[in-house]
Amino acid sequence: MPPQPFRLPQGGRIDRSRSLAFTFNGRRYDGHPGDTLASALLANGVALVARSFKYHRPRGVMSAGAEEACAFVQLGEGARSDPNCRATQIELFDGLTAASLNCWPNVQLDFGVVSDRLHRLLPAGFYYKTFMWPRRGWLTYEKLIRRAAGLGRAPSEPDPDRYEKRFAHADLLIAGGGPAGLAAALAAGRTGARVILADENGEFGGQLLWRDAEIDGEPALRWVERSLAELSSLPEVRLLPRSTVAGYYDHNFLTVLERVTDHLSPFAAPTATPRQRLWKVRARQVVLATGAIERPLVFINNDLPGIMLAGAAQAYIRRHAVRPGGRAVIFTNNDSAYETVAALSEAGVAITAVIDARAGDTAAAEACLRRGIEVLRGHAVIDASGGHALREVTVAPLDGSATALAGAASTLRCDLLCVSGGWSPTVHLFSQSGGKLAFDAASGCFIPGESRQAERSAGAARGSFDLAACLAEGHAAGLAAARAAGFAGPDSPPPQAPAQAMSPIRPLWEVPSPHQGRRDRKFVDLQNDVTAADIALAAREGYRSVEHTKRYTTAGMGVDQGKTGNLNTLAILAGETQGAIPAVGTTTFRPPYTPVTIGALAGRGVGDFYDPVRKTPMSPWHEARGAVFEPVGKWRRPLYYPGPGEGMEAAVRRECLAVRNAVGLCDASTLGKIDIKGRDAVTLLDRVYTNSWGSLAIGRCRYGLMLKDDGMVFDDGVTTRLGERHYLMTTTSGHAEAVFGWLEEWLQCEWLGLDVYLTSVTTHWATAMLAGPRAREVLAAAGTDIDTSRAGSPYMTVREGHVAGIPARLFRVSFTGELSFEINVPARYGLALWETLMAAGAAFGIEPIGTEALHVLRAEKGYIVVGHDTDGTVTPYDLGMGWIVDQKKPDFIGKRGLRRSDLVRTGRRQLVGLLTDDPAQIIPEGSQIVRSGASLAATPVPMLGHVTSSYWSPALQRSIAMALIEGGQDRQGEAVEAVLPDRTLRAVIGTSRFYDPEGVRLHG
Amino acid sequence: MARYSIFSLARHALRHHEDWPRAWRDPQPKPAYDVVIVGGGGHGLATAYYLAKNHGISNVAVLEKGWLGGGNTGRNTTIVRSNYLLPANARFYEHSLKLWEGLSRELNYNVMFSQRGVLNLAHSDAQMDAYARRGNAMRLNGIDAVLLDRDGVRDMVPQLDFSAAARFPIRGGLLQPRGGTARHDAVAWGFARAADARGVDIIQNCEVTGILREGDRVTGVETTRGTIRAGKIGLAVAGHTGHVAAMAGLRLPIESHLLQAAVSEPLKPLLDTVVTSGAAHVYVSQSDKGELVFGGDLDFYNSYAQRGNLPAIASFTTALIALFPGFGRLRLMRHWGGVMDMTMDGSPIIGKTPLRNFYIDGGWCYGGFKATPGSGWVFAHTIANDAPHPLNEAFSLERFASGHVIDERGAGPVPGAH
Ligand SMILES: Cc1cc2nc3c(=O)[nH]c(=O)nc-3n(C[C@H](O)[C@H](O)[C@H](O)COP(=O)(O)OP(=O)(O)OC[C@H]3O[C@@H](n4cnc5c(N)ncnc54)[C@H](O)[C@@H]3O)c2cc1C
Repeated sequence: MPPQPFRLPQGGRIDRSRSLAFTFNGRRYDGHPGDTLASALLANGVALVARSFKYHRPRGVMSAGAEEACAFVQLGEGARSDPNCRATQIELFDGLTAASLNCWPNVQLDFGVVSDRLHRLLPAGFYYKTFMWPRRGWLTYEKLIRRAAGLGRAPSEPDPDRYEKRFAHADLLIAGGGPAGLAAALAAGRTGARVILADENGEFGGQLLWRDAEIDGEPALRWVERSLAELSSLPEVRLLPRSTVAGYYDHNFLTVLERVTDHLSPFAAPTATPRQRLWKVRARQVVLATGAIERPLVFINNDLPGIMLAGAAQAYIRRHAVRPGGRAVIFTNNDSAYETVAALSEAGVAITAVIDARAGDTAAAEACLRRGIEVLRGHAVIDASGGHALREVTVAPLDGSATALAGAASTLRCDLLCVSGGWSPTVHLFSQSGGKLAFDAASGCFIPGESRQAERSAGAARGSFDLAACLAEGHAAGLAAARAAGFAGPDSPPPQAPAQAMSPIRPLWEVPSPHQGRRDRKFVDLQNDVTAADIALAAREGYRSVEHTKRYTTAGMGVDQGKTGNLNTLAILAGETQGAIPAVGTTTFRPPYTPVTIGALAGRGVGDFYDPVRKTPMSPWHEARGAVFEPVGKWRRPLYYPGPGEGMEAAVRRECLAVRNAVGLCDASTLGKIDIKGRDAVTLLDRVYTNSWGSLAIGRCRYGLMLKDDGMVFDDGVTTRLGERHYLMTTTSGHAEAVFGWLEEWLQCEWLGLDVYLTSVTTHWATAMLAGPRAREVLAAAGTDIDTSRAGSPYMTVREGHVAGIPARLFRVSFTGELSFEINVPARYGLALWETLMAAGAAFGIEPIGTEALHVLRAEKGYIVVGHDTDGTVTPYDLGMGWIVDQKKPDFIGKRGLRRSDLVRTGRRQLVGLLTDDPAQIIPEGSQIVRSGASLAATPVPMLGHVTSSYWSPALQRSIAMALIEGGQDRQGEAVEAVLPDRTLRAVIGTSRFYDPEGVRLHG
Repeated sequence: MARYSIFSLARHALRHHEDWPRAWRDPQPKPAYDVVIVGGGGHGLATAYYLAKNHGISNVAVLEKGWLGGGNTGRNTTIVRSNYLLPANARFYEHSLKLWEGLSRELNYNVMFSQRGVLNLAHSDAQMDAYARRGNAMRLNGIDAVLLDRDGVRDMVPQLDFSAAARFPIRGGLLQPRGGTARHDAVAWGFARAADARGVDIIQNCEVTGILREGDRVTGVETTRGTIRAGKIGLAVAGHTGHVAAMAGLRLPIESHLLQAAVSEPLKPLLDTVVTSGAAHVYVSQSDKGELVFGGDLDFYNSYAQRGNLPAIASFTTALIALFPGFGRLRLMRHWGGVMDMTMDGSPIIGKTPLRNFYIDGGWCYGGFKATPGSGWVFAHTIANDAPHPLNEAFSLERFASGHVIDERGAGPVPGAH
């Protein structure tokens, strides 16, 4: 077993009794439970972890959390491979494999580094200024740029894992389980409020996990343990570890991404458990105890592996028992890094010096000096050097304004540089909630200002960096939130910690350079390789709005979304534009806080559960019969039923002829059905259809056309009067929901006075359509108590009774032009009815009919299909259906629209029939029609219209087509040409009633 | 204007880029201009540019309430195409597409117009027929269009779900090879720089708060930086069209809706074409940085808030996985929203208004980015001549009264439906 040379012999929250083997860039290492990939790599002395996005510079681990800007890896392989993971947030498991991103052939020897050599040619926005030659050259340049850009690789197989979503209502959601969050949870939980406490870490405690602190007179971690025990005992409190509060939306709606099994080996994860769970939380109150993020300092080569945030170094030592280096320099402008100094000493790391930008005496510096650690006050690290690892730093004194150097530089050897530029409250969620930020000049950071939702920030998230204050604020916020949510339960004493005296920070946004001008490379955004010079260039060129600066330089737009770099960017911009930081303002914080798995947003809505397919009760029969299906809206309908060895053409021909000569059976269950009841039912019909309904007798059916208010055809169907105040409307299959929504919108928003009630009964009834000259005989054979004779059930009537012993409504309507019955039975009998009819029909030559044959049959009759022969720009007059528009009615939807000048002009496209000169040729649907003899050479070619429906008609033994043609109704007999990709087809305009124009057959 | 090129870049590199000039000036507003354009998005800036270039009118100010391109220009998903069916649309957008093809050189600013193709997926025979109709019309209009079958789609986008279990089986698709994407910010900046070079004043942080009228004539604007007189006023405020037009007393047939979009983390190249599916209500492309850029339908309610809610995001990410099962493990990095000026027929309004000297370019719905150069071209013409260009005659405000609507989707007079 290879040793872990940088592992401390004791301490930390790791389990030394167990070893976890993992592989990084093909090499095997060991770590322990309690490690992250980052801590395990550091324990093994792996400093070079990644290559940067633009310049392919060597990078190491720079933080210990979500703010990581450098140490991104590709985790795992194959279908479970996960691109762009932060090594600092991956909990180590046995068998983990990971690899560096964005390098070739490997992270040590990366050829991409040529871009670093060429960096002078590649300043911010260089691509806006070049690559414009030749005219179409960009596509070539772009290919190269795309290949160089991007980070990890997407897996190519479908994701094998499962995700869940869960709704939760909470009196209080607390984001962040550090001291402030825990104190808030205790205060609120004790009142009996329903509390959810979420923390992105595997363990609660926040900074207490790695800081040396006391609470209520005992080690802070003991307090954490006791608090968690108490919270776990409260029935209304839910603790969510490994859960990131990701988005804060309106009305206190928040999302929490829980990583349920990511910390386990995919092979060890229980199969019944989802990989991740997206909580959708509606919270009465929210407490944001999200802590703060340390800022790096901006100096030359501040991105080398071995340069780390001071807090992170402390975390690696105290939490993970890792020595982050052998010889350290600390560079700070505030007190917090002195805790790291103490931790480094404890861990046996040699400390060369502390470089403190503050010139004056501070208690923290004094304490160091007393322990024999050198402190260079009023100094800064101005440069760092090393190849794949830090070797030495250059330090120099700062002048009083911190904008220039005030003396000679010297170098210090070290392999670890801990930096602290101060702390920025994690205000992302606050900002997402709509809250306004305020600039706190004393701590040099943005803090939450005015709230917009029921939310409170507490602790470091509010800019209070002292532990005592964090606890007090957390407690107060938790209690206030519980009170606001209506819980009067008892108050308890807040936890106590000794107050700390802190010396003020010295803002240092950019360390001055030894040279004049902007030639140095000081990184502001380590993720996207943006330097201070880039910010200055943006300002110089006028990209001075902070959003312009961000977009021009890409600062803050990487995977880390600028968590560590944003404030430095703003401050440097402010310096360049002689503005103040608050005047520059921040860019918008957009959700999510850290990236959210797309699969988790979908949850279970994948595969069969995504937009579930609707099936009719007869579907099993169709499937067994080997039907070929087509999607119709959310339905799948049989398109045709191939016989043995039969293709589509032959099958459709056979099905059509069965209906014309014998009988066919079609599953019409998908037709939309709306049950309409109420005193004003007929008024509704009169308003939504173009024709009149007052005269319709009970038991009679009528065809209606529905328009949108612009006068365009929206839907059609047959409506039947079932009783005095009772109607059944049918709609097209595809529009059932839209029509229902349309009617409800009118009833609920405009016609509140109407006494009408709608019920969608589409799936309540199964519908079998029996069509053909022998339909009556089949009914008789199946058995019915209804008089199906011409006199007993005349065309356009409904009768109730039984068919095959099943209670049924029998509609005498026809969409095929043949004698036809639409038999509606309660859905549960649908399959039984179908099977009985097929059996009874066998003797009469019955065939099941798919939608394609149905389309052919209706086209032979010239019947339209809305959405096929119309496209939302067609009026009833365009369809030659003026007869159905009752202009004498006081009003109907679309009446006014129809009067507008464009709708009454001549030359509108009108529906006509088309017959090709060569009857064997079928014009493809969607073909455009041009004048006969029109030249196709010069575009645009004037188009007369297009073919809407076109089929081979088995009954007529020739092709038929319907088309919308300019002024078509006056062009009867005129020859036109349909344009195909490779030729044209001549056709003559005529009527669209191709078959049985007198309509004799449908009466049976 | 300092010319941009690889040579100037190299020259400046020697001086560490320390003396690049400003891309555009930051002038104080003058008391009066010949033309004031309200709205510093792509459309407003393009209009100013073409006013100066094509019509010699350069005493022009563009007033932007925030930062240039901060509206929908900087929020959109940058799909550029001209694959329209209706003649008015086809003519206009094709003109625009032709301008795009030369735009980087016209502006001497690389707008990264990437003609990687726009592919509309068909999942049923009915959709194939509809695409055949559109493709045929496009070709007869002189616009490139290729109707692909299933295998043709598979060759271009093998990551789509071609399995038997696919909820949206791939039947084929309509491809416009000349369509693609462009860099949205660069369009605003490029037009700003080129307009500025021709003397246009570009004024940021200057919100128009009122419109001055004398009878049926407009004469100027009130702004947060004072009153500015104007011979003519052109409105190019996209999502705020209804709001700003109301300042002049006009009520427009526009509703404001919210449209959201999102990007994934950056990935190595995996999708080379823009893919859209009307049936699944989602579209996606990959940016040059490697992020998947995707979006879907409008949010479900009218709003002026430039931020959305979760359901729309969840709905289009779910649809994305239905089409691309391999994308489920990727992560959404950022999502945002913009205010859509939805008209009653889904097509824009570019033209004159009942008020004299007052012109509107708005109602762009979710598709106005691709129109940017074309709309600037015709809007400048309309303002300069007080009469529409033949390419925008059809996009008049009166069409809603006369019924000459341009309803490409046939969705009817419901703004949210387009
Ligand atoms: C998520 C999303 C995706 C989209 N995807 C696409 C796409 O793929 N393809 C496509 O072609 N289109 C797309 N669009 C639509 C496209 O973005 C817009 O139609 C287009 O950008 C409009 O451009 P514009 O210049 O008119 O508007 P904007 O860029 O919005 O400019 C209007 C400007 O007016 C300013 N303004 C408003 N009120 C005032 C005032 N009172 N005073 C001064 N200034 C004011 C605003 O601040 C704004 O900068 C999308 C839109 C969104 C939101």
